[in-house]
Amino acid sequence: MAPRKTASVSSRKTAAKPVKKDFNGGTFADFSKDEDLNAYREMLLIRRFEEKAGQLYGMGFIGGFCHLYIGQEAVVVGMQMALKEGDQVITGYRDHGHMLACGMSARGVMAELTGRRGGLSKGKGGSMHMFSKEKHFYGGHGIVGAQVSLGTGLAFANRYRGNDNVSLTYFGDGAANQGQVYESFNMAALWKLPVIYIIENNRYAMGTSVSRASAQTDFSQRGASFNIPGYQVDGMDVRAVKAAADEAVEHCRTGKGPIILEMLTYRYRGHSMSDPAKYRSKDEVQKMRSEHDPIEQVRARLLERKWASEDELKQIDKDVRDVVADSADFAQSDPEPDASELYTDILI
Amino acid sequence: MALMRYAEALNAALREEMLADPSVFLFGEDIGRYGGVFKVSKGLMEEFGESRVRDTPISEQALTAMAVTAAMTGTRPVLEIMYADFVPLTLDALVNQASIYNYIWNDQVKMPFVLRTQGGGGAGAGAQHSKALDSMLAHIPGIKVVAPSTPADAKGMLKAAIRDDQPVVFLEHKLLYNIRGEVPDGDVTVPLGKAATVRDGNDVSIFATSKMVVEARKAAELLAADGVSAEVIDLRSLRPLDVNAIVTSIAKTHHAVVVNEGWRFCGYAAELSATIMDHAFDELDAPVARVTLPDMPIPYSEPLEVAMLPNAEKIRAAALATLK
Repeated sequence: MAPRKTASVSSRKTAAKPVKKDFNGGTFADFSKDEDLNAYREMLLIRRFEEKAGQLYGMGFIGGFCHLYIGQEAVVVGMQMALKEGDQVITGYRDHGHMLACGMSARGVMAELTGRRGGLSKGKGGSMHMFSKEKHFYGGHGIVGAQVSLGTGLAFANRYRGNDNVSLTYFGDGAANQGQVYESFNMAALWKLPVIYIIENNRYAMGTSVSRASAQTDFSQRGASFNIPGYQVDGMDVRAVKAAADEAVEHCRTGKGPIILEMLTYRYRGHSMSDPAKYRSKDEVQKMRSEHDPIEQVRARLLERKWASEDELKQIDKDVRDVVADSADFAQSDPEPDASELYTDILI
Repeated sequence: MALMRYAEALNAALREEMLADPSVFLFGEDIGRYGGVFKVSKGLMEEFGESRVRDTPISEQALTAMAVTAAMTGTRPVLEIMYADFVPLTLDALVNQASIYNYIWNDQVKMPFVLRTQGGGGAGAGAQHSKALDSMLAHIPGIKVVAPSTPADAKGMLKAAIRDDQPVVFLEHKLLYNIRGEVPDGDVTVPLGKAATVRDGNDVSIFATSKMVVEARKAAELLAADGVSAEVIDLRSLRPLDVNAIVTSIAKTHHAVVVNEGWRFCGYAAELSATIMDHAFDELDAPVARVTLPDMPIPYSEPLEVAMLPNAEKIRAAALATLK
């Protein structure tokens, strides 16, 4: 495994000090018991959901694309903890975790993966194309980098309408090399738009490592020429993410313009279901899982502080598994769309 | 009625819609302080301020995507893309975003944004500033594409486009901005998707949009001198297309000439021709004639450009050929 030049997650045991600036005083507040329990449950839901989606894919219930979020759960869960009603979320194709974190139903997401009537897009969208006006989730986008401009537009409209909502615009280390990202950065900075650019650096754009694709591998600095402040955050520690999110949201809400949070994270699975991930070693993956797993970190803390017993954690596990099992049952038993659905909601 | 230039009619439409609805705003390159390259937005920044008439960086791709999400969240953006030749930079947002969300997200969102641009040749603007590209845009399901030819339609259709809950590409023409015409007073809209018969005739039907309507009208005058009665239909809207108006006219004349300033191969004229075959084959007494740009780049030098652009003389020749 090629170590990153800056702020490798694996180089920091407890980590989470943003390295570029003394962000948040260089430290972050510990979680309360409730916050840890909540984060544990939310992250576990995403993990178990994605594992089940992987199984259903293997069984042939899910076709097409399916990009799993396993390993990156702390990013979206930590960010979501800092939001208020009306704040918007938009992301790329690895979107199941974001939707669950936004409160969209597990049944709706899973049934969309299986292409059923009860799917969030009634089977017309698939893994990458779900949306919820109610939960302020703006997709799910399959064109790499396009969501950066779209998310900037959400912030533009927030500003135009005079509200204080913030657009959380997620993209990956791969998308960060698209041209429209920089058009967006320029306008967001020029007009001080309330947008948090969350770069989920999971080290690989499909199978191409960051060092093989990017001249500047410190993505927190990608906004430097636009004077957009940027911070690297340990994206495997949900507390660090939440702390950075609080600061970033405050920055945007108070009219200071855009901000970049580079989340140092890792995806355990391949890019998609068809990717055996031969471009990296098993040791690299195993080391990350055993030393930095976002869920295990919280679990160990809960037990160590006696905020939860093994039995109580087992109960949470069971509750989460029940939700996921229910979603999977629904997604397999719900009818497929009637052919008449093909011609609804069509524009000229 | 008031006599107005095409550009003034567009300006009036923008102004009236902005006065009527605070969610309408304009953005684009040099539309504010500069007043627009073709002066369509002249004076509007002074009247409405910089937040509603926003000068932007030269970033067509991101701007169009921003219009998409701004439209989805309660505003009505009117984006100006300075030349149709720059529209390819916006295509991702049109093809992959604006045109699909309503369908795959099951009507949860409206997309009320207008992309104004101008295209077409005849101004010596060279190969990168003279194309129409209307065929490319009309190819996309989910996007309305309109191209008015008169000041009255320019005003009425732009007002309708701004009020439409669907994305509308509004195609202007650099050689139409200075033409004059009577424009009805007050809040008058012209529906999108309705053709207009601009000259009645019995022998041959000529279908066109935008600047080609001007050429078709001149052709009809020439044909009258030839003893041919030509009907000219201004389609006004490329998508949705007023098929009924086409069929009705051909049922009368039994001859059709379709005119488009874009390229011939896979072009809008080919679509019109196929549409006529689908809906009015039995009415035709001769094959449909196409008058288009040849499949090549547009040259700069005036005699070369004139030689390649569709014009009244070429339309006349095509009409006479169908009648032989």
